[in-house]
Amino acid sequence: MKYFALAGNPNCGKTTLFNSLTGSTAHVGNWPGVTVDKRDGVYKKCAEPVAIVDLPGIYSLSPYTPEEVIARNYILDEKPDCVINIVDATNLIRNLYLTTQILEIDVPLIIALNMMDAVEKTGDSIDAKELEKRLGVPVVKISALQEVGLHELMERAFAESQKERKGTTVLKETPIAHLIGDVKIALSGQKVANPLFHAIKLVEGDEIEVEMHKDTLEMVDEFKRTHTIGSFGNDFEVLIADGRYNYITQHFAPTLTRKSKHKFQMTRSDKADRVLTNKWAGIPIFLVILFAIFHLTFSEDFLYLGAIFGLPTLAELGLDLDNYGVRWLACLYDGAIFSPGVIINNIWNNMLVGELFGWIQGLIEGSGMPTWLVGLINNGVIDGVGAVLSFLPPILVLFLFFSILEDSGYMARIAFILDRLLRRFGLSGRAFMPMIMGFGCSVPAMINTRTLADDRERTATVRVIPFFACGAKLPILTAIAGGIVSISNIGNADVITYSMYVLGVVIAILSVLIMRGTTLKGETPPFIMELPAYHAPQFKNLMIHLWDKAKHFIKKAFTVILISTVIIWVLTHFNFSWGFLDDAQINDSILAGLAQLVQPLFTPLGFGSQIKFGWVFVVAIIAGLIAKENVVATLATLAACLIAVNPGAGLGGLDIMAEDGVDAVHAMIELTQITVPALLSFIAFNMTTIPCFAAVTTARSELGKKRFGWTIVFWLVTSYVTGAAMYTIGSWWWTLFIWLAVVATAVTLIILYNKGKIKISIPKLRKKNKSKPSCCSECSSCPSKCDSSTRDDENN
Amino acid sequence: MQKTLDQFAIGEHGVVRHIAGEGKMRRRLLDMGITPGAEIMLRKKAPLGDPLEITVRGYELTLRATEAQLVTMERCGG
Repeated sequence: MKYFALAGNPNCGKTTLFNSLTGSTAHVGNWPGVTVDKRDGVYKKCAEPVAIVDLPGIYSLSPYTPEEVIARNYILDEKPDCVINIVDATNLIRNLYLTTQILEIDVPLIIALNMMDAVEKTGDSIDAKELEKRLGVPVVKISALQEVGLHELMERAFAESQKERKGTTVLKETPIAHLIGDVKIALSGQKVANPLFHAIKLVEGDEIEVEMHKDTLEMVDEFKRTHTIGSFGNDFEVLIADGRYNYITQHFAPTLTRKSKHKFQMTRSDKADRVLTNKWAGIPIFLVILFAIFHLTFSEDFLYLGAIFGLPTLAELGLDLDNYGVRWLACLYDGAIFSPGVIINNIWNNMLVGELFGWIQGLIEGSGMPTWLVGLINNGVIDGVGAVLSFLPPILVLFLFFSILEDSGYMARIAFILDRLLRRFGLSGRAFMPMIMGFGCSVPAMINTRTLADDRERTATVRVIPFFACGAKLPILTAIAGGIVSISNIGNADVITYSMYVLGVVIAILSVLIMRGTTLKGETPPFIMELPAYHAPQFKNLMIHLWDKAKHFIKKAFTVILISTVIIWVLTHFNFSWGFLDDAQINDSILAGLAQLVQPLFTPLGFGSQIKFGWVFVVAIIAGLIAKENVVATLATLAACLIAVNPGAGLGGLDIMAEDGVDAVHAMIELTQITVPALLSFIAFNMTTIPCFAAVTTARSELGKKRFGWTIVFWLVTSYVTGAAMYTIGSWWWTLFIWLAVVATAVTLIILYNKGKIKISIPKLRKKNKSKPSCCSECSSCPSKCDSSTRDDENN
Repeated sequence: MQKTLDQFAIGEHGVVRHIAGEGKMRRRLLDMGITPGAEIMLRKKAPLGDPLEITVRGYELTLRATEAQLVTMERCGG
């Protein structure tokens, strides 16, 4: 099979083209650098099927960012049969800069001139035929979005792939053309593939090339010693970049005819930005948008109409709540108009999933299967899956809003607005995007940190992403907050939920500050990005985003989560000698035995030895490691078991298996006598501890083995300390001062240590260091540094 | 009159004369088309005064004040 690679600038429509060609549903977004992975798909309409590889979006083939190195190595080493270079026609000059570098490689090349429709809309035009003549490679006009010109592109690419192409350069007219020629001949003599490309990179002083061709470098240095070229001196890096841009401006740019002669014209995007990134209004507008998103997704009183007008509940209107029609009505309104997110949630959970699962459970109960099997299917499998599926609506609605922000181009403005703020914590504006995506799901968020050029910034960001409570953690918040409200007269559930979100963010900020001050020290990374022009989000793109999310989530529900729910059910319904246990005998189960063993560890957090059945919370936490959706599902399963053990508890009126888990938590509170601070500590622990299995695997592949190990330690320590602080301060308010004193001391120590005023000597580890020269003091995974990390983490 | 790019006011434009700095950051500026002779207009500043958005070679680019400091400009048109 032939392999074609898609290369191009970030945000040039590369991923859209990939989707159109392969029919795949890969992630598309209006954010430079969304594609950070190499992805494959197959195009079937050529003479033979062609594998399409989507390379990360890059501006140049410099050796400085992981994306650039991935793309560069792929083209050089994997030798694709053809490279399709997507060029954003609205930004011709900058896009052709990359083209001039790919031209130098001995690989068949074709240019896909994308977004021509946008160019023509402004009245400009590009002479593709002329550009083709000047570049020396085919140029095809396409619209990736409208799927125009794709077949022609692929046919011509296929034809190109049958031919050989030798690299050409646009640097022929520069004063160093001769030097490049000589180095090329020398490299050809050494049988180096792609001699022209390597020769130019070597002349440029490219780090990777200099390592690879040390012998030939002498030649370049010799030349540099004897020649100075005009204003460039012997700075060939500038000379080459300038040479490329000058050639593009002189030879390629004239194929573009502009209607307007104004060089610096204000566009509609500029006018919008006058307001949206305004000095005074920018930040308030951003906060309002963020609030609106959460309000539209979660509020049970849309626009506060219910509270303002004192609307009556359905019961007050004298309606029969069991009536089928009224139940539909109750999805939309009950004393207040619900927000769209809540309405979708209600319809999904109360009407669709609830009805269907209830019906299936009824069938199974009446089927005459053995009791243990009915229990396994109804309580283990169906209730488990049902609990997970109930989280689908809020996750999707939230994701829809984030996708709209991303596609419209506003997300890039958020990075622009907040960069200054994030820099105080040693991060760049770009780190905001992955973090905010963490509210949806940690997995794509962690993968997206690859757009961060700085390795330490990336590590710090990946570590704190789970603290931005993801969609799956929300049910833990709402269920427990609901439970707390139902047994006490504390405020309302929204306030608790909201403060827990804020707590997560605060802990994330503190952790980043501490990490960037100790184990992950380094300069604030540069922030060079593009603000894409605003455009209306494409419906198709949005749906692709959502379908991607839904698919991933449903798959998880029926695989990882289903298996773990079944395992938990088995562990709770069998004893150590594999005898089947009734719900009422849960105290003898395998899981109870295991959890009782570790339970005392959680005493400082409020759900250890001091409460009855404290192990249920431990079990929920363990189940949560497999997937956070399991925490509430497990509590529900366990609540049902415990009620069977204590029939006298008088909890018959509760709907333990209700999808929201509030009643399950209510029952748990009654049964275990857990206190409110301990419940809050339980939420805080779950929010900041090791995330779900999927996220853990992602973190491992993103960070590498060594940093991953410390990341796990970091998560455990952070969550333990946060939980303990929450519980002790909540139970005995004066302990706040002890915590503050500890934090203040630690911060002072860090600052003094960084200023060199105090020195902590770790002789034992230093010695170890010497025997391992590969570990320098620069890297954060060094034992000598990591020692301070564990100390500092405890201050969170 | 020469000054660094970060000292420009919104709407001001000029020509790049020199790029200081080294390694990654400098190369990035070069790759983005900020080379001697290129024309730049300062388009907007973020609410907190930093980063900046400029127009260079017909497109918009954002960079931080610290990066803009590396770029020495010659102002045109008074």
